[in-house]
Amino acid sequence: MYLNQFLLLSAALFAIGVYGVLARRNGVLVLMSIELILNAVNINLVAFAAFGNQLAGEVFALFVIAVAAAEVGVGLAMILLLYRNRKSIDLTQIDLMRG
Amino acid sequence: MIAALTTPYVAWWALVPLITFAVAGFLLLTVASLVRRLPAVLAPAWTAVAGLGVLLYLVPMWSRVGRDGADSFLAGTVGVDRSSIFVTGILAVAVIAAALISRDYLPREDLPGVELYVLLLMSAAGGVVMASANDLIVLFLGLEILSIAVYVLAALHLRRIESQEAALKYFLLGAFSSAFLLYGIALVYGATGSTNMVRISAFLAQNVLVDDAMLLAGLGLLLVGLGFKVAVVPFHAWTPDVYQGAPTPVVAWMAAGVKAAGFAALMRVFVLTLGTYVSDWRPAFQVIAAATVLAGAVVAVVQTDVKRMLAYSSIVHAGFILVGLQAATDRGNSSVLAYLAVYAFLTVGSFAVVTVVSGTGDASHGLDAYRGMGRRHPALAGVFTVLLLGQAGIPFTGGFVVKLGVLAAAVDGGAYWLAGVAMLAAAVAAFVYLRLLVAMYLEEVPSGTETSGAVPLGALVVAVASAVIVLVVGLVPGPLLDLARDAVPVLVAG
Repeated sequence: MYLNQFLLLSAALFAIGVYGVLARRNGVLVLMSIELILNAVNINLVAFAAFGNQLAGEVFALFVIAVAAAEVGVGLAMILLLYRNRKSIDLTQIDLMRG
Repeated sequence: MIAALTTPYVAWWALVPLITFAVAGFLLLTVASLVRRLPAVLAPAWTAVAGLGVLLYLVPMWSRVGRDGADSFLAGTVGVDRSSIFVTGILAVAVIAAALISRDYLPREDLPGVELYVLLLMSAAGGVVMASANDLIVLFLGLEILSIAVYVLAALHLRRIESQEAALKYFLLGAFSSAFLLYGIALVYGATGSTNMVRISAFLAQNVLVDDAMLLAGLGLLLVGLGFKVAVVPFHAWTPDVYQGAPTPVVAWMAAGVKAAGFAALMRVFVLTLGTYVSDWRPAFQVIAAATVLAGAVVAVVQTDVKRMLAYSSIVHAGFILVGLQAATDRGNSSVLAYLAVYAFLTVGSFAVVTVVSGTGDASHGLDAYRGMGRRHPALAGVFTVLLLGQAGIPFTGGFVVKLGVLAAAVDGGAYWLAGVAMLAAAVAAFVYLRLLVAMYLEEVPSGTETSGAVPLGALVVAVASAVIVLVVGLVPGPLLDLARDAVPVLVAG
């Protein structure tokens, strides 16, 4: 196995995630796309740590997982709040504020 | 047999501000959930006292670091230098101000009384971590502690759907930008073999990378991630919407505290850690700074909502701070810190006034609400005038002194065109503040607007104190500039 392969996989996941954030209209799917980017990061970190014979990257990946869980908790709560108020989680309908 | 576990060296004296904020937040949360009826004044008083305590503690800390030099501990992941103390001071001021503004805001809006203060203290703790991070992992954790609390703060107004929309927008873009930042950190880690800022800068100083594409890509992603947090063009699109929708005291914290922590992080990552690559990132910083000041100023002019206007003006300020930061010199750094300090006072004072004017429901932010304010609320209008003139950078206000500082730093570094663009933008932006002043003093009170009653004490104290400080710094700039000059950011190996 080469480091390249992991980096390519991670870059592909990253690109899919960015596409998802930009193209999806559903709030939950955008949240999932962000998770995809974070997991791309994790692959990178673990691969670098494994090929560099270090622990720092793997520890960092654990932190990323923990923070991502906290972030998703807050994000889902917000989407739920919005759904209760307007019965939709279509992000294109979030347009009360314009300037 | 139990083997002795070697624990890393911890400089507890340097962790006191962080522990104070975090413990104050946790204690408040615990007490509030155990005691059924808490006196309404307790939470804001508690928060303000915590902020004040930190501010007072920073004085001996400042002289101790001056005597013994900067230190780094917890296996070299957290550092303490005078720049981190300076930024912590700004954060403490912003916490006190936001708590005082909220004291009257929450009862007025009939919102639950404790959560805002708990989240405020937590996010301040995150900001302190960011300002003293010596490791990219710690920096990221601080950023997330700060941000997640602020996402919730933005959604705090239960009955304003704008508040929830603003929070969701802020959250999605914030999480997206954090992901970019993380990817950048991962690439820098891969390229240099460490997440420790000291080791990264040492590695880059001693080695020449044959192929630095990965490092440059990481550098770009770091810039995107942190650029979102401090709201510079082209990563600024969320700012006006979020400022407009979020509860106004929260906006005061967002503008003063979050921006200070974000720029502290930018300074640590780019100027200190990636200083050897300054010739690679400086052109990007310069273009972004020029685009930020110009776009912010031009778009601010056409706004009709005062909160949006102030949002764009905060974007212009971010551009100015970047003008100082791109110099990547001691002079540039100290001009950035001085700017952050004065800007914190300008912005908390302005948003204190906006909170008062917005009236019950936090809804009247149009220019109409400000028409004829000079007659209805002469004192408040006078204070707002000082703050707006300060934001415009009129001489004899603190705004002028610090704008001059960042421009001087840019000219020092030979970026004449950037200084020229920034001055042009300042002239355009001055029009925005002038329009507000005209509305306050020269236009009639529109018929049908009720004359609002007494000005709440908390907001008044914040507004008046900020205006006084802005004037004092404008007339006697020496002490602040000396403090900022002494607040040199350094990385010390642990």
